[in-house]
Amino acid sequence: MKLTKRHLLGTIAASLLVATPGIAFADGWQPRKPIDFTIMAGPGGGADQIARFIQSVAEKKDLTNRPLVPNNKGGGSGAEALIHVSGTNDPDHTILVTLNSFFTTPLRQANLGIDIQTFTPIAMMGVDPFVLWVHKDSGMTTFEEYVEQVRSMNGEFVMGGTGQGQEDSIVIAYMSDAYDLDIKYIPYSGGGAVAKDLAGKQIMATVNNPAEAKGFYEAGDFVPLLAFSDERMPAYPDVPTIKEKGHDFSYYNQRAVVGAPGMSDEAAAYYQDVFTQIFESEDWQGYLTSESLSPLWMDAAQQQEYWGLQVENHKKLLAALGE
Amino acid sequence: MEILALLADGMLLALQPLNLTMIVIGVSVGLLIGAMPGLGSVNGVAILLPVTFLVPPGSAIIFLAAIYYGAMYGGAISSVTLGIPGASTAVATTFDGRPLARQGRASLALVTAALASFVGGTIANMLFTLFAPALASVALSFGPPEVFALMLLAFATFVGLGGDDIPKTIFSICFGLVLGSVGFDQISGAPRLILFEMNGFLQGIGFLVLAIGVYGIGEMLWTIEQSRGEVSKTTPKMTLKGMASDAKEATKKGWKGTFVGSFLGFFVGVLPAAGATPGSLMSYGVAKMISRKPETFGQGNPDGVAAPEAANNSASTGSMLPMLTLGIPGSPTTAILLGGMVIWGLVPGPRLFVDETEFVWGLIGSFYVSNAAAVLINLAFIPLFIWMLRMPFTVLAPMIFVLSIVGGYAATRDMFDIWLMVIFGLGAFFLRKFDYPLAPAVLAIVLGPIAEPTLRQSLLLSSGDPSIFFTRPIAGPITVIALILIFMPAFKMLRRKRQPA
Repeated sequence: MKLTKRHLLGTIAASLLVATPGIAFADGWQPRKPIDFTIMAGPGGGADQIARFIQSVAEKKDLTNRPLVPNNKGGGSGAEALIHVSGTNDPDHTILVTLNSFFTTPLRQANLGIDIQTFTPIAMMGVDPFVLWVHKDSGMTTFEEYVEQVRSMNGEFVMGGTGQGQEDSIVIAYMSDAYDLDIKYIPYSGGGAVAKDLAGKQIMATVNNPAEAKGFYEAGDFVPLLAFSDERMPAYPDVPTIKEKGHDFSYYNQRAVVGAPGMSDEAAAYYQDVFTQIFESEDWQGYLTSESLSPLWMDAAQQQEYWGLQVENHKKLLAALGE
Repeated sequence: MEILALLADGMLLALQPLNLTMIVIGVSVGLLIGAMPGLGSVNGVAILLPVTFLVPPGSAIIFLAAIYYGAMYGGAISSVTLGIPGASTAVATTFDGRPLARQGRASLALVTAALASFVGGTIANMLFTLFAPALASVALSFGPPEVFALMLLAFATFVGLGGDDIPKTIFSICFGLVLGSVGFDQISGAPRLILFEMNGFLQGIGFLVLAIGVYGIGEMLWTIEQSRGEVSKTTPKMTLKGMASDAKEATKKGWKGTFVGSFLGFFVGVLPAAGATPGSLMSYGVAKMISRKPETFGQGNPDGVAAPEAANNSASTGSMLPMLTLGIPGSPTTAILLGGMVIWGLVPGPRLFVDETEFVWGLIGSFYVSNAAAVLINLAFIPLFIWMLRMPFTVLAPMIFVLSIVGGYAATRDMFDIWLMVIFGLGAFFLRKFDYPLAPAVLAIVLGPIAEPTLRQSLLLSSGDPSIFFTRPIAGPITVIALILIFMPAFKMLRRKRQPA
């Protein structure tokens, strides 16, 4: 809860910035106050890491004349963030960093009254794959050994994740169904906490984004067994995909920035320009490579079409989950 | 003595002119930010993150760490002088710091806070230097059952104290737990206790909003009512000699709390997800529990200032540990530092100590230097803060009110929170009239949201079997101690009944 204090940055930074000469742009819409940069997840996980990285790039390159103020609203699988952004009284200064809960949460909680097609498309920064990880002390080195191990434990095999209906649980549900696995699933507050408890052997396996598990992988603690990407990842060339195992399935987490519903066209154009520059920056391209994300650039119309596709896709996935 | 050589290198690095300048500026800025109600180290670090792109990464993180340190010192200042917690980490400091100030002993409270912070910081730095990699594995061995056991122990320290009215304490804890569960449920993702269907409750009740309401506004109302319109005025004096004797008294009366806070704070800080606020509240509870005169806590006991202040400094060093070694932030502030490190091209995680030796030891060296700079700068500022207290309460009261409102608004920029804060202030005033202790409620709203998910995760792990809290090697002993503490008052009562017969 202390985190909401970060909001405050805005108020203070605004007063600090009044004194500093702003960068003079010739024309066009400009933000007149700090930009509310809402994040659909708690601190420390994949979405938060990316949001902070984006903010840092914007600061470093001085791309906005008013600061982006990160604002973690991870409650209710992102419902808190969606309500906050759609209810804002200043849509021109409110943008949202999304993950797939942008699609799933409005589906799972219809009473929230959120229609994601009313949001303003800004930028698709990339898609983040998922990998199945185990601890090196488990002795498992292949996916087949994993399947055997889970089956032999009769429902006592424990996996951690970020909650029922969340991205990793969709992947785990698909995998359990395809291989007839009985897994005990423990929900955590974020991907960082999940990875930490695998490192501490509190849980036996996770489905984490590479960025969340990378540190432990490099230290030799984590062993990747299976990737849920379309093709093998350059950083993990020896890890087979589930497609190679004969199941036509892949799943990515979207890392996209969207604007509040009702944002003016001028403001949307401004943000689209800013985030295009961030996307094309060396920093972001380097981040995509080092953290194994795939670029998936789309213009505004393509993004809206993509949202429609993903909503349909997630309807099916959630139905399969029994929700 | 490889560690000592590395540390010496690190300190030399921290003492380079650029880095030393960063430390002095960082500590001073942090001190001011920490002293402003509503603003804490999180804000300080977030605001100044962009500045760090102008200097090399090593200096940048040293600067941010210095702000973090300074803010931990600064938080005590408004807690003591105005009774408004300067930051959530300094809430426990108001419990005894404010009563001391009302008795005209504000300088004792501030000197105690500064010295305890220094000792806490130093002990934490030494623990960090000697045991960093080993402690990282301790943090990993704390799964959900261990964390829950620890939270249970924290509650137990508040219940198991003699002196207070136990039913009222339990009521207060339960009240805090209910407030802590407002918002979205972490496990199922469903909204809970959205009172009156108001959307403002969806984000939960902000801890700082509650703390400023209870301590800032509640305390102001209380003082007005106690003085019954008389213009009361404390006349604190401030001389160098006075400060020296305060330092002596602080050492004599506050050493126990300081040591409790230093070790407990560090340990709680090391656990990811906890951070300095739970650490300082728990240290306050433990210091009260082991004190020979627990009834003087809350009335202005220097131990009650020393424990949380030692703990929040100690925890701020401690929470660097999981960030650096595991890549997991131990507190909201370190979460921002983590973002900074990524953009500077450093990968926090198990490999950092091996791959980036110079950076790591430069940072550790800067902890020592920052800590020394912070205590000196803080002590130098104390007379200024004391001077502020000379204002009559008729002037101070509106100032407290305005600062509380501004601080509360600054936290979330939401008018809803302001109204909530005023209601909490009024509620706290009446609860206090009826002699209900408020500290347990504040503790519960901080620890409840940590305890609840870990309880449910543990029970999911064990398929609903509560013996998981007793059979695990670390969780077991902690749970047993917690239960003994909780039932101690009942044992005592039984014994007392038997004796006369």
